[in-house]
Amino acid sequence: MNPKGDAQAGQPVIELAQVTRVYTMGDMELRALKGVDLVIERGESVAIMGTSGSGKSTMMNIIGCLDRPTTGSYRLLGDDVSRLSRSELAVVRGRRLGFVFQSFNLLSRTTALENVELPLIYAGVSGRERRRRAKAALERVGLGSRLDHRPSQLSGGQQQRVAIARAIVGEPEILLADEPTGNLDSQTSVEVMAMLQELVAQGITLVLVTHEPDIAEYLGRVVALKDGLISRDGKHTPISAQAALAKLAANAVDPHASARQGHA
Amino acid sequence: MSFFAAFRVALRALTRNLTRTFLTVLGIVIGVAAVIAMMAAGAGAREQIKAVFETMGTNMLVIRPQSDATTAVRGGEGSAASLTFADVDAIRTECAAVQYAAAVLQTRAQIGAEEANWNTQVTGTTPDFLTLRQWPAEIGKSLNEEHEQSSAKVVVLGQTVAWQLFGDGSPIGRVVRIKNTPFEVIGVLSKKGQAPNGQDYDDTVFIPLATYRTKIEGGLGDFLRGSIYVSASTPEQVMRAEGQVTALLRERHRTAPGAEDDFRVRNLAEFATAREQTTGTITTLLAAIAAVSLVVGGIGVMNIMMVSVVERTREIGIRMAVGARPIDLLVQFLVEALVLSGIGGLLGLGLGAIAADQLAKALGWISVFPTETALMAIGVASGVGIVFGLYPAIKASRLDPIVALRTET
Ligand SMILES: Nc1ncnc2c1ncn2[C@@H]1O[C@H](COP(=O)(O)OP(=O)(O)OP(=O)(O)O)[C@@H](O)[C@H]1O
Ligand SMILES: [Mg+2]
Repeated sequence: MNPKGDAQAGQPVIELAQVTRVYTMGDMELRALKGVDLVIERGESVAIMGTSGSGKSTMMNIIGCLDRPTTGSYRLLGDDVSRLSRSELAVVRGRRLGFVFQSFNLLSRTTALENVELPLIYAGVSGRERRRRAKAALERVGLGSRLDHRPSQLSGGQQQRVAIARAIVGEPEILLADEPTGNLDSQTSVEVMAMLQELVAQGITLVLVTHEPDIAEYLGRVVALKDGLISRDGKHTPISAQAALAKLAANAVDPHASARQGHA
Repeated sequence: MSFFAAFRVALRALTRNLTRTFLTVLGIVIGVAAVIAMMAAGAGAREQIKAVFETMGTNMLVIRPQSDATTAVRGGEGSAASLTFADVDAIRTECAAVQYAAAVLQTRAQIGAEEANWNTQVTGTTPDFLTLRQWPAEIGKSLNEEHEQSSAKVVVLGQTVAWQLFGDGSPIGRVVRIKNTPFEVIGVLSKKGQAPNGQDYDDTVFIPLATYRTKIEGGLGDFLRGSIYVSASTPEQVMRAEGQVTALLRERHRTAPGAEDDFRVRNLAEFATAREQTTGTITTLLAAIAAVSLVVGGIGVMNIMMVSVVERTREIGIRMAVGARPIDLLVQFLVEALVLSGIGGLLGLGLGAIAADQLAKALGWISVFPTETALMAIGVASGVGIVFGLYPAIKASRLDPIVALRTET
């Protein structure tokens, strides 16, 4: 593995070459990915779109080192990870990647702070430093005052922000989000997107699966999947989620929304 | 993940459902408690036996005539005439390691008082015997040298006999008849209890040896038709005393070198050891049976760990997604099983100690807490936790993170 910061902006961080993924169930074979070529460069923000069952999650799982391609190669930050062991993949996940899920996937009955500490526990960061960094990450997502809240005591948007804090606490190069706004209302979705855009501005590479074209607008590149193959891949200038929030605030005479916009 | 972190995660998981944790631990608690109670009871029984033999005198030797093969057929042990009364005096005076030596002649006889009769063991012996048996009179007097010199027709009763003949009344000064000879009761001995073989020590009476020889069983002249009881000056001297007595008697009996002894020396310490070993075997057996319940407890732990792994599938997925390796989850669940069984072991230790104490009290045994057994039981409990926790832990570590993350719990 290259040490962090070795690769500069513009260098490929994710390189999929002829990646296939075949699920076998008994004597049935399901080809979820049929040979995907995809290169994502450092600092990009990429939306993966496509109809249900087109293979978006399958590809995200491979990119996220949660799964391995059946054939083809996957180079992550310059290293071939397509043949690593489960244990080695776990280390890569912990050090290089951050995950945000549609269903938040926080540990229930565990405080926000402890949830955010979790990746650091497995990275071997010891007690006090771990708490310090987890606290800093929660402050970064605007939840500095909710450290001891449990997921059940937080709104959906707040839970997703805790999840984002957990994803970035290990300072990964790449943030992977599988429908992060799927369970959120439109206002909260835009807030979350603003937060993700800010992270991209700070240099993180973002890959995000979404069904909603509105959400894809906030990202600089859209990759469409169809039947396990890439059908479209185009770059454009993303719109600013901050600006969208300001617009929303102007339309609604809601002092609450403008206050939130103030320090987002 | 460090062991300490895993320990904290385990504690949190276990305190989440206290009732379930308690029920799971119960199996281990009972298993460990049973093992400890059994071992403690066994150790207590052994101590008890030791104590019983000690009241009999572990520093005691019993010498009996030993017939050679031909006479043995006719008479059996103790019936042949090879020991003499002179031998007793010689042992007492010439063997340095010997403190007391007494001839003991015994027969069963009917003993009659005015109100009742009782069949008991009549022993003729010198005062030394009651001294070396550490058997003082509780009321009245014991036998003394004067009675011996004057062949006095006096008797000292064991407690059972005193009770059978006189009940609550005082026997002192009363007259009893043994083989038609009237004897004056001068004392009642203290209670001695039961022999390890169940025989009642207190069902006996003592009369002076000289009186016994003239009134009860005359006959053999210088030869002693009974046993010689010898006590060594200290328990440590028993072996030396045995050697000295053997050498002395062989010399006095002019036994040719290489020829067999015409007497037999028995060492009560050896008896005690044999007896203790038997008890030890039984104890081990009981503990082994108790250990089975420990295994059953272990299966309980495995069961609940399996449930726990299933219930926490999503948690496992989340942990894997953020960088937990399979080994981290293996350790986490193993530690959890270990904590479960460890708590069970400690609680079992407490319960076992209480049970052992109560058992000892109920059975009138000496209460002994077997420290090594306790440590062993805790060790075994932890071992059980690891062994039975291993399968669920492996299951957890082998989960596919994608599948785990998708599980609804
Ligand atoms: N574990 C699995 N076993 C078998 N088939 C699977 C598995 N996971 C996905 N599939 C199949 O692979 C195909 C692609 O699934 P995938 O989850 O990648 O789709 P998706 O694009 O994420 O869809 P959605 O938008 O509904 O989330 C589907 O036909 C799905 O049924
Ligand atoms: Mg999907």
